[in-house]
Amino acid sequence: MKTHHLRPPLSEEAVRELRIGDRVYLSGRLYTARDAAHKRLIQALDQGEEIPVPLQGAVIYYVGPTPAPPGRPIGSAGPTTSYRMDSFSPRLYSLGLRATMGKGRRSPEVKQALQQYGGVYLAATGGAGALLSQCITKARIIAYEDLGPEAVRELSVENFPAVVANDSHGGELFAQPRRSG
Amino acid sequence: MASIAAERIQQKVRDMVIRVSRDLPRDVVTALQEARERETSESGWQILDELLENAELARKQDLPLCQDTGVGVFFVEYGEDCRVEGDSLPRVLERAMAQAYEEGLLRKSLCHPLTRQNTGDNTPALIHTDLVPGSELRIRFMAKGGGSENMSRCTMLTPAQGWEGIKEFVLDRVAAAGPNPCPPTIVGVGVGGSFDQAPLLAKKSLFRPLDREHPQTEIAEMERELLGEINSLGIGPMGLGGRTTSLGVRMEMAPCHIASLPVAVNIQCHSSRHEEVVFP
Repeated sequence: MKTHHLRPPLSEEAVRELRIGDRVYLSGRLYTARDAAHKRLIQALDQGEEIPVPLQGAVIYYVGPTPAPPGRPIGSAGPTTSYRMDSFSPRLYSLGLRATMGKGRRSPEVKQALQQYGGVYLAATGGAGALLSQCITKARIIAYEDLGPEAVRELSVENFPAVVANDSHGGELFAQPRRSG
Repeated sequence: MASIAAERIQQKVRDMVIRVSRDLPRDVVTALQEARERETSESGWQILDELLENAELARKQDLPLCQDTGVGVFFVEYGEDCRVEGDSLPRVLERAMAQAYEEGLLRKSLCHPLTRQNTGDNTPALIHTDLVPGSELRIRFMAKGGGSENMSRCTMLTPAQGWEGIKEFVLDRVAAAGPNPCPPTIVGVGVGGSFDQAPLLAKKSLFRPLDREHPQTEIAEMERELLGEINSLGIGPMGLGGRTTSLGVRMEMAPCHIASLPVAVNIQCHSSRHEEVVFP
């Protein structure tokens, strides 16, 4: 297991080097989107409109943060469960998205898309929102402000920690539950 | 007849709701520390360390433990010999909760089920009220996150399926949930009652601290048996493998119809945020 320091936009080559279990530290720019924002992104694509997230090499972080306290860029900001975005993700990977970050399992379709387009799925520690917020240095809303906690934000991060949960080679890190009998 | 001023309730409940979001209960912190001792997986150690560090940071920096500050769930025991002066209790609780979410910089996480339009103030609060004898007013509050709630289920078993059927249902549910509900979890199990009561029993069971055994020894024994089998699944912290899939199983039972065996599993993430205040 290796450690990688990555700065988006990510190249396909850099992403194909990642293997499950590798530690990743992200620095630079991430985009946030969760349920409602994904729906709008896909609707915009369906209508042939420009979308507010520049997808080439991008990392989308599934998070809906708490409001920022005075003097801080953001409140608590840990990952939300990723499977709810499964129906939207393959299309975004096909358009140049390189990584998504959240918690929990992905669908077979998403894992297939990771292999096909050269993508990766990163798992961050769920329920560690106060701790992870320390790695976020800036946050600004860039679209869908009316969605409140679900608005699309551009985050600047430094050494944001995650682990490679699904790689572009079909690997899966999550443990298979052992059932006896 | 004991009299309790509505403003006093509002103030205390507001403070409790904010405190709950930032201060992980002691029994949960202790359970995480003990799990760290028992855990054998390297990713497990790392995650449990992060969760303990997160709890300390949240308290010190006055930040919510988790960005999902949840749906506000109240369980009220309303003594028949006490009286709230100045306003109706459900209105006071809802106002106190909305005030806490605004002033405590908590995330407002409720929306219309179809349009998904946010209600803007985390209302409505979910309020369950029992009238009880006496002059005490006990208000329990839980901030319940969506990720673990989504992994919860209710089923109607046949009476013939019995304890084996209950165990199988709980283990299937925990296995299917895998990494999604932020393990290590606490697994609330409601057995009996009816289609509506079993989930309520499961949810209510989550208020019992992890260091307190069920007062009925046979139920305490069943909880231990289930916990052992859940932790043998090997799901581990965040689903990355290990011995710590759950910190505890909490089970409550109630009589049910001779034709039925309702069972509900309400999964709680490790960020088990709840507290109570008692008046007068």
